[in-house]
Amino acid sequence: MVRAQAMNQPVAREKKARKSIPIWVKGLVLPLFIIVIWQIVSSSGVVSATVLPSPLQIIITFYNLIVSGVLFSHLQISIYRAVVGFLLGASIALVLGFVVGFSKHSESYIDPTMQMLRTIPSLAVTPLFILWFGFDELSKILLIAFASFFPVYVNTYNGIRSVDSKLFEVAQVLEFSKWKQLTRLILPSALSHILVGIRLSIGIAWLSLVVAELMGSSAGIGYMIMDARQFSQTDKVFVGIIIFGVVGKLTDSLVRILEKKLLKWRTNFEGVE
Amino acid sequence: MSVQIQIDEKSFQIEQERKRVLDEVKLTVKKGDFLTIIGPSGCGKSTLLKIVAGLDTEYQGAVHVNDRQVVKPGIAQGFIFQEHRLFPWMTVEQNIAADLSLKDQDVRQKVDEMIEIVRLKGYEKAYPSEISGGMSQRVAIARALIRDPEVLLLDEPFGALDAFTRQHLQDVLIDIWQRKNITMILVTHDIDEAIYLGTDVAILRANPGHIQKLVHVGLSYPRAKTSPSYQQVRQQVLQEFEKTESQRYIDGEGI
Repeated sequence: MVRAQAMNQPVAREKKARKSIPIWVKGLVLPLFIIVIWQIVSSSGVVSATVLPSPLQIIITFYNLIVSGVLFSHLQISIYRAVVGFLLGASIALVLGFVVGFSKHSESYIDPTMQMLRTIPSLAVTPLFILWFGFDELSKILLIAFASFFPVYVNTYNGIRSVDSKLFEVAQVLEFSKWKQLTRLILPSALSHILVGIRLSIGIAWLSLVVAELMGSSAGIGYMIMDARQFSQTDKVFVGIIIFGVVGKLTDSLVRILEKKLLKWRTNFEGVE
Repeated sequence: MSVQIQIDEKSFQIEQERKRVLDEVKLTVKKGDFLTIIGPSGCGKSTLLKIVAGLDTEYQGAVHVNDRQVVKPGIAQGFIFQEHRLFPWMTVEQNIAADLSLKDQDVRQKVDEMIEIVRLKGYEKAYPSEISGGMSQRVAIARALIRDPEVLLLDEPFGALDAFTRQHLQDVLIDIWQRKNITMILVTHDIDEAIYLGTDVAILRANPGHIQKLVHVGLSYPRAKTSPSYQQVRQQVLQEFEKTESQRYIDGEGI
């Protein structure tokens, strides 16, 4: 026994040392590796700069766009569209999801229609939205709202339906009022589902933003990309793509932090070390 | 002041067949008494308790708690389920308060007092996932008791716990019962648990469920399981219990 323990010690120490690398550093290894290879390829002149600008050139363009304020003004309008569209779609979805989740009656009236609309790709309705609402803000916001509606709706509805009936029985025995049933039982229980819906929805809102802006607009990151494409400014296209990626990741992380805070009572499997 | 149970008939519809689960069950529990009900599995003892709680209202007969007929579940009939059924998103103290506000001074004081009684001091802020099964069941008991029930109904509350924890919780329960002078009805399949806890033990026969025998224990608390007088009562209960068991075999049921 004693010897076995002694032999185990160095192994344990080694494990600890490996553990001390922060997770975010691990996440950076692959992108950094790709960038280094990319820079080498670009510098050697094998590929032309119009096809694949070097990372360094992209950084310079990025810097110039920030300094001139162009990037910021495009980003501002894009974020405005995404936020308004998402809020509109998600809040209607939340209300409707609750209503349908609560009453069997409204479920049989509303849900089949929702399930049908859900299967329609937002790309397919884009021409219709443009015909109806023109090329200005309204059509874009509505398109984003349409797309971000369904994940929240489906997950809210599911969340409410998955409340444990055993806990409902407890609420009955403890004489919970209807209001307390909602705030202390149904909402907390459905919250994890709703948050998943919101996360998916934000992702889709961001996606539809690109669609909306590529279809036709005079401002926004999507427009910036389209504009740069026409003038073969590949580096600028890359800047736009990177912005989409970074902002998307940031918002996702934000919801995850929210999730961790609100659902700290949960003990879930978090993966193997 | 008592609990009066008068169930003429209770049946379940199983596919095309109507199966009679309880038949002519008549019980009276005096205020402050501790009735334990034992019976083989499937004898309808949980159903009986659900009827008393008001969770099951489809039966012939009536249940009265302090001369008030029970028609729906409520805090007057505190109920402890086999599983603790705590709200996983609430801490221990929040679970005890449940729909009441901890910001209310009166509630706060009662919760603190209750935590003391069920011996959970130091775990007020823990979530159910962070405490043991025995502790969770104590929280559930506190949650029922803080609402001053007229009767506390326990449906095999310690069935899922290990022997040591069970013994400990049985002592906690007796302590609470003596302190609060509360009427209790506990359903169990454990003969020792029934005799150790109850002032009276009702032995339920199966198919259909019917009171085979009501045994008055008449021993003072705390009870020593090894004492001759305890063993005597145990013999008596065991004999009655065996009668119900042998009947099951004759009926072609059982294991």
